[in-house]
Order: sequence, then structure tokens, then C-alpha cells
Amino acid sequence: MKNILIVGATSAIAAACARRWCEGGARFYLVGRSADKLRQVADDLSARGAEVHTCELDLNFLESHASLVREAFAWLGRVDVVLVAHGTLPDQKACEQDAELAIREFTSNGLSVISLLTHLANPMEAQGSGSIGVISSVAGDRGRPSNYLYGSAKSAVTAFCGGLRARLFKAGVNLTTIKPGFVDTPMTRGLPLPAPLVATPEQVAADIAKAMDAGKGVLYTRWFWRYIMLIIIHIPDRIFRKMSM
Amino acid sequence: MSIGKLSSWGRYPRFPQTGHGIGWRSELPGELARVSAEHGTLLPFGNGRSYGDSCLATSDQVLHLRPLDRFISTDWQTGIIRAEAGVTLDEVLRLAIPRGWFLSVTPGTKFATLGGAVANDVHGKNHHVRGSFGCHVRRFGLVRSDRGRLEVAPGDADGLFAATIGGLGLTGIIDWVELQLMPIKSSLVDVVNIRFDSLDEFFALSRELDGQHEYAVAWIDCAARGASAGRGIYMVGDHAPEGGLAYDDKPKLSVPLVPPISAINSVSLRVFNHFYYNAAKPGRHPGRVGYEPYFYPLDRILHWNRIYGPKGFQQYQCVIPESAGGAAIGDMLDAIAAAHSGSFLAVLKRFGDVASPGLLSFPEAGATLALDFPEHGDATAKLFANLDAIVRAAGGRIYPAKDAHMGGEFFRACYPQWTQLEALRDPALCSRFWKRVTQA
Ligand SMILES: Cc1cc2nc3c(=O)[nH]c(=O)nc-3n(C[C@H](O)[C@H](O)[C@H](O)COP(=O)(O)OP(=O)(O)OC[C@H]3O[C@@H](n4cnc5c(N)ncnc54)[C@H](O)[C@@H]3O)c2cc1C
Ligand SMILES: NC(=O)c1ccc[n+]([C@@H]2O[C@H](COP(=O)([O-])OP(=O)(O)OC[C@H]3O[C@@H](n4cnc5c(N)ncnc54)[C@H](OP(=O)(O)O)[C@@H]3O)[C@@H](O)[C@H]2O)c1
Repeated sequence: MKNILIVGATSAIAAACARRWCEGGARFYLVGRSADKLRQVADDLSARGAEVHTCELDLNFLESHASLVREAFAWLGRVDVVLVAHGTLPDQKACEQDAELAIREFTSNGLSVISLLTHLANPMEAQGSGSIGVISSVAGDRGRPSNYLYGSAKSAVTAFCGGLRARLFKAGVNLTTIKPGFVDTPMTRGLPLPAPLVATPEQVAADIAKAMDAGKGVLYTRWFWRYIMLIIIHIPDRIFRKMSM
Repeated sequence: MSIGKLSSWGRYPRFPQTGHGIGWRSELPGELARVSAEHGTLLPFGNGRSYGDSCLATSDQVLHLRPLDRFISTDWQTGIIRAEAGVTLDEVLRLAIPRGWFLSVTPGTKFATLGGAVANDVHGKNHHVRGSFGCHVRRFGLVRSDRGRLEVAPGDADGLFAATIGGLGLTGIIDWVELQLMPIKSSLVDVVNIRFDSLDEFFALSRELDGQHEYAVAWIDCAARGASAGRGIYMVGDHAPEGGLAYDDKPKLSVPLVPPISAINSVSLRVFNHFYYNAAKPGRHPGRVGYEPYFYPLDRILHWNRIYGPKGFQQYQCVIPESAGGAAIGDMLDAIAAAHSGSFLAVLKRFGDVASPGLLSFPEAGATLALDFPEHGDATAKLFANLDAIVRAAGGRIYPAKDAHMGGEFFRACYPQWTQLEALRDPALCSRFWKRVTQA
């Protein structure tokens, strides 16, 4: 029986992970901003045999993070697994015209994760066990003209997680930075993505569960994104600046 | 969601569908309105396990329901479950089997969705005992472009329950289904395989034994000619009284690519049928097998439809009323032999007389024959015209879920209730099948 905290539990990737974890027996503390969607996810996991508690919360309300972590620990007791999954895909063009929007999107994808992990790290460190998965993105590996607001927020998350992992490792807590490439979820609906590169949430969830079990530090999912990104980050800037990827 | 194009299982006719993925029930009214405003009409699409063009939209724009795959509630005391329309039969079995429940009716693929199973009112090897899938549907949610969200139960005043079961996805988008499961003591199946040498022998076996067993079906060697014609294997089965309740999760084989030409030809057909027939020894042979190989032998090879090559294939499934007897089935086998054609798998079963709640449901008391043919243009069309003539003369009809060829006049003659379905059709929904059989 695992005690699992999922932040952004209405995400398609998170839901696919949760279903996998159900199979070994699980208790879930689910956090999301839509009560209706949260209830649907909770019903599905309950039908699969899990015990579920839901908490409706907009994660951009940073002031609530301290009590969120406190209440999650109170309900779960020991916390074996944490998955931080919430995120948005900002409209890059709109963010270029509206700094307030840009900051709000940066908060959704970057600051809210950093705030939450700051509150979470201390009790996890004190607990001395457990595995944390944080969904960043391959987009954080290099800012690209088509989505650099999103990319910069994910980049901040990746860097933050790199440091936090090394700190928590000493306490016996694992942290996996998860970098998905293209995944077929509501977030990417309607985007003209190249079909052969697009994974299903189930494939990504299988990779995540395996990597977290193995205590892996950084996960590229599907695996080939490691090599795609290796090429992208090595394109010299004088060429890169002419591209529009 | 739904990256890439969607197609029907037969991959014929070839009309790639653009899928608009549905992730949440709450999105349905909006997506229905948006896509129909942009493209005129559209169609719900489950998991594309229909063979012909009944799952293809006239506009080639479909709402893809497969991602809508959550359970809503489960009661393991009564075996009543409620789940979203995109949940597959396999996903139901994963939860139900360990708790001692099974689908009351299952088709030969576990990859059909609940929505698709309702819309085609699918049948299984136990039709003679339990009727069609629709007999076990307690209620469902329906979203229509003109009336919004409805909850529909048997006997509703509008007749939408009957029209939606076997309603080919035309009466609205089913968003959830409440289903009655059937209790089992074991996930194993006790089977008896009996070789027969003629169709008369099959009908005699079926009359003698169907009533004593939950499941009954026969495989016909349709490559056999002359004295061997009409030979096959009659197979009955029952859920075993003990042996454990195990969901089968074996890794699958897959056909990764469409080969440039069909791997199914007269040689491979004859070889397969010969070995299949001879694998069963004469006499009655009991055995015990897992539910997977018993119900879903073809599902073990993912994308097996690709072996028919780029042209795809067609399935021909008809039912011949009990009164017309076995003669028409014999005539059909003769017509196939005369055309030097043959089917990889030929399945023969006698439906029982359990009435289906559906308005346009396919099953009726009589013998049903299902055959797969690689698509060969005119040759296939000619053979199908001959088969149609036999079916018509015998007062039979064709299964829309498998159809890509039936003429409009033939359809309207066998399914006169079609006008009632047309009256209840959601104006925003239309399939290539429906257009073909009602307007041509
Ligand atoms: C190997 C194999 C064996 C088979 N064996 C049998 C058998 O033994 N008996 C049998 O009866 N059939 C059999 N079939 C056919 C199959 O069971 C049916 O075609 C089934 O309806 C497919 O379900 P689907 O979810 O893939 O639906 P699709 O093929 O995607 O759609 C089928 C129809 O359902 C409609 N639909 C889908 N979802 C919804 C929804 N949410 N709301 C409203 N309408 C919807 C579509 O518009 C379409 O008209 C078999 C198919 C295969 C591939
Ligand atoms: N899909 C991809 O191709 C891809 C690629 C790389 C990385 N990722 C990352 O993967 C993670 C999961 O995304 P997904 O693909 O599963 O998409 P998704 O299904 O759209 O999930 C994102 C979820 O985050 C929630 N969310 C957003 N902002 C929130 C907030 N302020 N408070 C609470 N919840 C909030 C959303 O809730 P609502 O439903 O209520 O809006 C939504 O359920 C995200 O971090 C995303 O950046 C995805």
C-alpha cells in the first residue's frame, strides 16, 4: 500500500500514472483546481480500488502551499510518492504583448512548482524516505522562439530540481526530474504535432513509474528525446537565431 | 488528443478521419457544437473496430471518444458498473474478473469501447442465451446537438433508448453507459470441440447442444471443396466452476507495418484452413482454456488487419432466418468456392430468439455467417452481389457494423425501421454508411 500525493491530479499524464500505482494498492491525496474534474478522477481511482481524498486548489495561490503540504501529510501519514504535474501551455504570442499574462504563466509553470517544492522538501527530508517526481519538459533544455516563456519556466524548474535532488539524496529521498517530449493530452490538443514523435499518456506514465522506482535523477520520455534535445542544444546560436522552431 | 488520422478496421473504404479528442464529459456539448458549425456534420468514433464505413463520418470529422475512459461507479455486490463511453471491454474485464464478474455479452474483440458496443448492439457466442449487448444496458448518458444532455433509460417516452442501441452513433453522443455484468466463478472456460463434416451435421449439433451451453459457435473451413465442403469445428463453452479469477495481461504480438501486398491469398488460406481443421481430432474433445484465447484469439496480434495490405479487406456478415434453414448458407459457401475465393476465418453461429431492445439491432433468430475477404475491387463486388442475392432470397440481412457494400434499396427493405431512426437522428450527426444506404 503506497501513500501518494498528486499535485495537478487532473492532468492526463498524472491520471495515467495514478492508474498504474492503483495496481499495487494505493491511497491518494489529489490536488487540482477544478472540483468537477477532480471528482471524476477520484471516482475512477476509487473504482480501481484506491482510497482517495481530494483537495480543490488553484496552485497559483502560493499562500496556500504551506497548509496544503500540512494537510496532505496529516491525511496520508507517511508520504511514499509525490508527483507534481500541473502546468499550462501558454500562448507565446499573447505573452509577448502582455507582461502580466507572461508573469501569470510563469507562475503556473515555474514559481508555483518552486514554492510547493520548498514547502514539501522539509517534511520529506525529515521523513527520510520517499520519491518525488516533478514534471518539467524538454522545452526547458533550450529557449525556443515558439515557446520561450513556457521553456524558461520549465528551465527554472529543472535547475531547481537538480539542486534539490542533491540535497534530498543525502536524506534518502529521491527526486526525478521528468522531461516529456510531445504527449497526446488535452494540453496539446489541436497542435500540428508530428505523429511518430507523439507518445500516449500511458507510455509516458510507464516510463515515469519505472524511473521513480529506480531512483533515476533525470528522465527523458520517450527515450529518444534525450538525443533530439542533445542536437537542439548544440545548434550554434548564429544558426539557431535564424530558425523558428 | 487523437494525433494522426483514424480509420475503420477493414481499412476499406479509405477515408482517413480527423479525430477531435474528448478528454472530459463536460467538453462534449461544446465540441459537438464547434465541429458541426465548422464542418456541417460529424460522427462519434470509439476505437475503430467496425470494419466498414459505419464509423466514418460523411465530413470525415469525428469526435474521438476513446480518450474518455474513466469509471464512474462500480458495485461489486450487484455487478452493476457505470463508466465513460471510451472505456474498452478489456478495461472492464481488468477490474471485473478478479472480483468474479464478466461481460454478460462480448464480441470477438475486447478492444471495442462501451459506446461502440452499444451503438452496434454487438453480439457474442452466447446470443442464444443472453441476447445482444443492449439487453444488459441499464441506462446511458446522451449528448445531442439539439437537446443537450439527457439520461436515457429503457421505456423512455421519446424512444431514444431503443433507437440508440444499435443506432450506429446517429442519435447523439453516448457519454457514459451503465451495464449489468454476469457473475463467474473462474476466468477459465470449459470447452468441447466437435469436428463436423457437413452443414447438416452442424445444424444437428447446434440444435442438440446450444441449449446446454453458455457459448456456442462454429468455424467453417471455407477453403474445402467437393465432398469436404461445409466441414468445420463446432465449439461450445461454459465458464469453469473453479480455477481462479485471473485477468490476462500477456504481452502481444504486433504487425508493425502495412505490407505492400496482402499476405492473405488463396495459398495461405488453404494452408491455414487445412491445418486448423486437422488440428481438431474427430470426436468430442473437452478441454479447459483461458478466457483470452477463447474469446479474443485475434486480439493477440495487434493490428492484424494490416496483413491485408494497402487495399484493406471487407467482412461479410449476414443472418438467415431460422425458417430458411441451412440451405442458404450452403449456397453461399458454393458461391464463394465458385468465385475461387475463400475467407481466412469463417464463423457460423445460430442466434437465439432473445429479443434485442434496439430498434435497428442486427441479430434475429437464425444462422449468422461471417467471412473476411481481401479487397479485390470488381471481383469482390461481384461475389458480394451473388451473396446478397442469396441472403435476400432467404429473407436475411447484413450487419451494418461490418458493411461497406450493401445497396440502399436492400438495406431499406431489410431494416424498414430505418425511418424511425432517421426521425430521431441528431441533425449534427451523419456517417458515410447512413448516407450510402438512405440516400442512394
Ligand atoms: C476481431 C473482431 C471481432 C469482432 N467480433 C464481433 C462479434 O463477435 N460480434 C459483434 O457484434 N461485433 C464484432 N466485431 C465488431 C465490433 O465489436 C463492433 O464494430 C464494435 O461496435 C466496435 O466498437 P468501437 O468502440 O471500436 O466502435 P467504432 O468502430 O469506432 O464505432 C462503431 C459505431 O459506434 C458509434 N459510436 C462509437 N462510440 C460512440 C459513442 N460514444 N456514442 C455514440 N456512438 C458511438 C460509431 O459512430 C459507429 O457507428 C468484431 C470486430 C473485430 C475487429
Ligand atoms: N503534453 C505534453 O506534450 C507535455 C510535454 C512536456 C511536458 N508536459 C507537462 O506535463 C504536465 C502534465 O500535462 P498534461 O500533458 O497531462 O496536460 P493536461 O492534461 O492539460 O494537465 C495539466 C493539468 O494542470 C492543471 N493546472 C494547470 N494550472 C493549474 C493551477 N494553477 N492549479 C491547479 N491545477 C492546474 C490543469 O487543470 P485544469 O484541467 O483544471 O485546467 C490540468 O489538469 C505539465 O506540467 C506539462 O507542462 C506536457
